[in-house]
Amino acid sequence: ANGVPTNSFCGLFLFPPPFGRYPPHTHRPPMSVLLKANPNVSKDSVLERRQWSPYLDNGGTVLGVAGSDFVVLGGDTRMSYGYSIASRNVTKIAELTDKCILASAGMQAERHTLHKVLKAKATMFENTHRKKMSAPSMAQCLSNTLYYKRFFPYYTFNVLAGLDEKGAGKVWGYDAIGSFESVPYVVTGSGSALATSILDNQVMFKTQPQNKRELKCSEVVELVKDVFTCISERDIYTGDSAEIYIITKDGIKKEVFPLKKD
Amino acid sequence: MFRNDYDTDVTTFSPAGRIHQVEYAIAAVKQGSACAALKSDDYAVLACVMRKESDLGSHQEKLFKVDEHMGIGISGLIADGRVLCKYLRTECLNHKFVFETPMQVGRLVRKLSDKSQVFTQTSEKRPYGVGLLVIGCDKTGPHVYETLPSGDYYEYIAQAMGKRSQSSRTNLEKYYKEFKDMELGDLVKHALQSLRGASEEKLTKTNCAVAFVGKDRPFTILTGDNLGPYMELAVGGDDNNMDESKKEEEAT
Repeated sequence: ANGVPTNSFCGLFLFPPPFGRYPPHTHRPPMSVLLKANPNVSKDSVLERRQWSPYLDNGGTVLGVAGSDFVVLGGDTRMSYGYSIASRNVTKIAELTDKCILASAGMQAERHTLHKVLKAKATMFENTHRKKMSAPSMAQCLSNTLYYKRFFPYYTFNVLAGLDEKGAGKVWGYDAIGSFESVPYVVTGSGSALATSILDNQVMFKTQPQNKRELKCSEVVELVKDVFTCISERDIYTGDSAEIYIITKDGIKKEVFPLKKD
Repeated sequence: MFRNDYDTDVTTFSPAGRIHQVEYAIAAVKQGSACAALKSDDYAVLACVMRKESDLGSHQEKLFKVDEHMGIGISGLIADGRVLCKYLRTECLNHKFVFETPMQVGRLVRKLSDKSQVFTQTSEKRPYGVGLLVIGCDKTGPHVYETLPSGDYYEYIAQAMGKRSQSSRTNLEKYYKEFKDMELGDLVKHALQSLRGASEEKLTKTNCAVAFVGKDRPFTILTGDNLGPYMELAVGGDDNNMDESKKEEEAT
């Protein structure tokens, strides 16, 4: 938007933490644990307070679809904090090499750091081996980086997309501690449950095997746009706009697609 | 005669006030094959002669990229040079990670020099036996720096180091006033021409390499076929110049 630089974070203070009830989708320890930890406090007020947590969820959805010689990776640009919007224009996606991009949903601070760390690793690899890191190598590297923090994980739900050494499209989905798998498509983040079934139907044709066919790049992009529109209808943490990256052998193309702002 | 008594250790001064081990390290730099660097207002160029151990081997690589905006040419103990290159790369990456901005060339060179100085003052260790020509372009413009094992560093408009580099320096001194506004192609040509006297054999596209960096150009190394067009411009140069500077070299 005019006057607003991209990736600007015009957010709220994180301290003091939001008072009142536990914000939605955050982990509240079970009542027994809370009561034990706060012995002289009433049952109701125990729900009001919580221990400080290093994690918070900034929401958002990320999805990737792999084609035979292309990949499409999309991420919305809304950053939430509790029930508020911290920013409408924060990117979830990082270009690691010219054939490999990473998108992460979850906590913005973790995402930003993880993306920086991986970019540094990509540069170091290129310096040592005199060639750019391939997408499958980056996939393994990301997994290792995540598992390295097994006992204080990066609160990120990652999707890595790229072309492998043969030029085939590949998408990898991750959990927070680095378990990963190459898949035809994946959605993670706050809207993942809303979108996964759609993609099962429209990319893999699971409910209509008689119609199964290969999707062209333009069809996948239209599908991704539709999926984001649908997610933003029902998920409050997804919206504002979606960044859609398309990688082909000719390079990386980026599109910004507007979503509902409510 | 004092030299032999006071040159065993880098932590020993001579009565004349010199540290011979450091000077010997600088002599190691002078034994390496030649490197030359020069800059204009927009670009900095680096060229080197790549020596071959034998016909069976490959040419020794001497130009290294440190970051998108910076690179080095080394002269002397190549192994030491490689280690320093790794250090420079790591420092640049760290700086970019922490400050989200490319490292300024002069600051990196100073860091390297401080590191080199440590080894001129520590017993049981020796100085690095390599000199670097660092070229880079940051927001203060293009730069050429020379670093030495002593921990000294100097900034230049143009400089050459290594074996027979005096002829290169003489050549550069002749033309340096024109470098300011020169086009990149001409700068590369001058860099190669200055190395002609410094090489034992005729310069071809296989035994030398050129690198350049500019405000709008990331650090790029040219070797082999990429170097071809510039070689033709340079080698088809004035032979008289070369003879004159070689005579000067022999006279000194």
